[in-house]
Order: sequence, then structure tokens, then C-alpha cells
Amino acid sequence: MATALPLDLARPRRTGAAGILLLLALAYGLVPLLGTGYLFEAILTPFLALALAGLGLNLLTGYTGLLSLGSAAFMAVGAYAAFNLSLRLPGLPLPATILLAGLVAAAAGAVAGLPALRLRGFYLAVSTLAVQFFVAWALNRIGWLSNDSPSGIVAAPRLEVAGLSFDDARGRYLFSLTVVVVLTFLAWRLVRSPTGRNLVAIRDHETAARIVGVKVARTKLLAFALSSFIVGIAGVLWAFAYLRTVEPAGFNLDRSFQILFIVIIGGLGTLRGAFLGAGFIVVLPLVLSRLGATALGDGFDSGTLEMVQRIVLGWLIVAVLIREPAGLAALLDRALHHALRRVLPRS
Amino acid sequence: MSPDLAFLVEVVVGGLLSGVMYALVAIGFVLIYKTSGVLNFAQGAMVLFAALTFVSLVERGLPFPAALAATLAVMVVVGLTIERTVLRPLVNQPPITLFMATLGVAYVIEGAAQLAWGTQVHALDLGIDDTPFDVAGVLVSRFDLFAAALAGLMVAGLTLFFRFTRTGLAFRAVADDPLAALNAGLRLPRIWSAVWIASGLVALVAGLLWGARLGVQFSLSLVVLKALPVLVLGGFDSIAGAIVAGLIVGAAEKLAEVYLGPLIGGGIEGWIAYVAALAFLLVKPSGLFGLRSVERV
Repeated sequence: MATALPLDLARPRRTGAAGILLLLALAYGLVPLLGTGYLFEAILTPFLALALAGLGLNLLTGYTGLLSLGSAAFMAVGAYAAFNLSLRLPGLPLPATILLAGLVAAAAGAVAGLPALRLRGFYLAVSTLAVQFFVAWALNRIGWLSNDSPSGIVAAPRLEVAGLSFDDARGRYLFSLTVVVVLTFLAWRLVRSPTGRNLVAIRDHETAARIVGVKVARTKLLAFALSSFIVGIAGVLWAFAYLRTVEPAGFNLDRSFQILFIVIIGGLGTLRGAFLGAGFIVVLPLVLSRLGATALGDGFDSGTLEMVQRIVLGWLIVAVLIREPAGLAALLDRALHHALRRVLPRS
Repeated sequence: MSPDLAFLVEVVVGGLLSGVMYALVAIGFVLIYKTSGVLNFAQGAMVLFAALTFVSLVERGLPFPAALAATLAVMVVVGLTIERTVLRPLVNQPPITLFMATLGVAYVIEGAAQLAWGTQVHALDLGIDDTPFDVAGVLVSRFDLFAAALAGLMVAGLTLFFRFTRTGLAFRAVADDPLAALNAGLRLPRIWSAVWIASGLVALVAGLLWGARLGVQFSLSLVVLKALPVLVLGGFDSIAGAIVAGLIVGAAEKLAEVYLGPLIGGGIEGWIAYVAALAFLLVKPSGLFGLRSVERV
């Protein structure tokens, strides 16, 4: 499997750390100061939620080599679990709710991962579609899950932690950012831990992994659980911080494909790939519709514009794959490498 | 026959016949997977595109045979273009990348089809009444029988083609071992082109039959989701498997809908086929007729 070098051995560690600190300073310092409501609500919050979902799926697909087409179902499980927890246990603080919702999604993931013990490749991918359709059906069918709301759509609770309210646009951005930073750090620790190496070992050569003592079945289920934990929390962010409603329609098959796009376009088996891919997927439609509106005038038919967007998006996906099958992460690394070489001719 | 038994037979027959329709879509997948290892998600978009092109040409006053010929030509061009511009540059990439690329292609085709021909629902009349008739107390739809016969003809044709023609032999050689086939002097690109044309034709037949059934509209491209459990059950690389699995899935789905649906609430047809296929695979992971289990992606 041709992925980018997963362990980043080639990159000078110090520049990487400096870059991450700089990004964090920007995200926590400059962006909240300068950003507008539109930037937070339409771009940054969905970007963070989707990037987190991509990160979770990347653990499964990029690091362990197990293809899943059911990510949106785990997002839905996380979102509905968080909704029900906050509804039925009103005293529970929000971080605990989110953690528990992630654990519920992880449990669902472990169950959904059972076919992975016998199936591989596209057979496994199709089996995850069963999860996708089953969850959608269950959410529509079992009224209790959506508190018997006739449409299945319910309002998300307010975002409050220890008396601090995160309910305005900037607050919801900062809340999402914090969750994403914490989970990304944990994922980074994970992929460098022995468990993380086990995941990669299974991806690269399952038989060899078994020989050196990796418990393959258990590790595959663990990969499903860990991935679903993160994807489930991404679902909580999507519903609570971005949409502010919990509804089944947002977690359909298109969403699953979108998350897979993010992972593949960003770069399989890299953590930064999820962020690059999510940026691409979130910003692209906005740019396209802005461009379309300027190029064709405001009176342009929105249906036609939507079709053109669909075509351009599909074409761009194909183009990125042909240009760089290892994704935007590889493209960025190469650009950085060139830039560094120019600055530091010795290295 | 007692009324209960007659009803059961009717449900099973109805299921088997709709299973033929699933198999029809699945065959398009199998053709491409067999020869190039690509799970072509754009097959559903091609079904939509074919049906939409045909019905729009007919609505613009073209006679039936001319519209059919024109659509055929368009599908050939579409198949060739996909093979040339998308898959050939991606040769030797991992299967997951190829799969993603076909998802991108599906977006492009769906967008283009609706941009060119509009998004409204078209009725498609193939001139076959959908009247049920009586066979020994069991009601059977005339249209379903016609569809089954057409699918049977197509499968027979494909089988004969694979067995008795030089190109068919070349197809089988490539499916068996691409490197050995290349070594023996077969031109892989030409074979890939041929197989994409063939899957375009299968998409046309499936599009016409499904379009006549459901109306020609966007949801037609979602028939892939009906074909996937069939593929999993029958094996991605077996035409016979696609047919048999289509029949099994069709019958199981109808039976579950009629007898299980009232117990656990309706609307289960969205996932029951997947669960049935999975349950079978847990017992026999390579499917009914699959040659080997697919490698990791």
C-alpha cells in the first residue's frame, strides 16, 4: 500500500514542533481576535468537526488498512448518545457527556468491526455499509432515541463547561478547537506507541505481524473502537457546535464518503492529512460557489450551479489522485522540503 | 394450492424477479473488477446517465431505435473516456485509490447528466405492460418476466463471448494473471477499453429496465447500493455468482419485508440484504463463487 511514510522519520523534528506551536498560536490567538461570525460558523467549526472525523477514520483506514464506508453512522451514534446523555442525565458536565458519547460510539465500532475478523478489503467495506444503513433506520424507527420528536430532529443542548458559556460563534469555535487539539494530541501519542506500531504492522503485513506476536483480532477490534471513539466525538461537535441540532439526515452515506475523501485526498496514514483534506473539502464548495456567482452573475440558476460544483468537485478529486496518490500531505511535505532546502542549503 | 402457500410462492417469485434486476447492475461491476481490479462505484452513475440520455432523446422526438443507437454511442464514448483519462494514469495504484477515483467519476457523471438533461423525473415507457398474469394461481408481472428474460439473454451472450471468442479468451487471461497475459503479448489497454465499453452497454440495459420501473431520476444512481450486497455474496469476480446472489438477495429481501417487516417495523429493505449477505460471508468469506478473498486495500 503506497502511503506516505507513516512515522515521519525523514522530517527534522524541531521544525515540525515549531510549526505546530505556530499553528496553535494562530488558532488560539489571532483567529479568535480577527475572525468574523461567518468564518467561525461556515468554515472553521465544520472544518474542525470534519477534520476530527477524518482523523478517526485515518486510524482505521490509513494506519490499520481497514476500509470503512460507515463513518457517518458512528458520527450519528456519538451525536445521539451525547443528546440522550444530556437529556436524561441533566447533571452530567459536558466533557463527561462527550467522553461517554465517544465510548458509546467506540462500543458500536467494536461490534461493527466483528466482520473484520473474517473479511478483507472491499468485502469489509461493504459490510460497514450495513452499519450505515442500519443506524439510519434505527434512528428513524426508534422514537426514544430522538425523544419522540416526530421529525427525528432535536435541538442540541447549550455548550457550557463549569459555568463558562461557549454558545456564540467564537465560543463554539474555541470549544471545537480545544476538543480537536486534545484528541489530535492523544492520536499522535497513540500512533507512536507500541499499539500504534501494531496497527501499522497489521496493515503492512498481517502474517508477519502475527508472527512477531501482535494479537491481530484484538488489535483490529481495538482499531475499530479507537477510530469510532474519535469519529463519534466528531459527530458530537458536528451536531452540538456546528448545526446545533441533532438530525439523522446529516449523517447519511454522502457524509461517509465525504470523510473518506478527506482521508484519501489529505493523505492516508498521516495525522496532518485529515486537516489538509478537511480544509480542501470545506473550502472548495465555498470557493466554487463564490466563483460561480462572480463569473455568471447573481441571477444564475442555483440548481445549475450545484451541478457544476458537483462536476468540478468530482474532477478535482480525480485530478488530485492522479497528480499525487499519496495525498495533499505528501504534496505539502515536498513543498516544505524544497523551501527548507532553499533556506538551509546544507541539509 | 392453499392461499397461504400461493402467497408465499408469489412473494418468492416476485423477489427472484427483482433479484434479476439487482444482478443486472452487479454484472457491470463484475466485468470491470474481473479484468482490472477496480470496484467501479461510477456504475450507478452510468446507469443513470444512460437512462437519462435515452429518455431525453426520445422526448425530443427521436424514434426508439435511433435513440437507442445514439445512447449506445454515447455510452461507448463515456466508457472510453473514463478508462483513458482516469484509470490509465492510475495504473498500479492501490485499489482504494482507484475506488476513490471512481467515486469522483460518479460525481462528474451525475452532475453532467443532470446538467445536460435537467433534474425532473421522466417516465420511460418501453412498450411492455406491467400487467400481472396468472400462472397456476400465482400472479406474475409481465414486465418482470421480460426483464428477467433480457437479463438471461445478456448473461448467456456474455458467457458465450467469454468462452468462444478470442477477445473473451483475452479477457479471461487478463483476469487470471495480468502479468502473464502481458507477457503473452496481449495488449492490456485495449482490453481495458473493451471492458469499459461492455460495462457501458450493461449500464444501458440496466438503466432502461430500472428507468421503466422507477422513473428516470437521480435516485437511479442509487441502484449501486442494491447491487453491492449481491456482489459481496456472489464474489466480486463471478458473473454466475452475481446472478445467483441476485436471486438469493431478491428473494430474501422480499421474504424479510413481508414476514419480518411487520414484527420489527417497516423500511428494513435498506439494510436487510446487507445483513443477509454478511451472515452468509461469516460462514464462507469468499462468497458463493468468488475465486479468492480480496487482499487488503
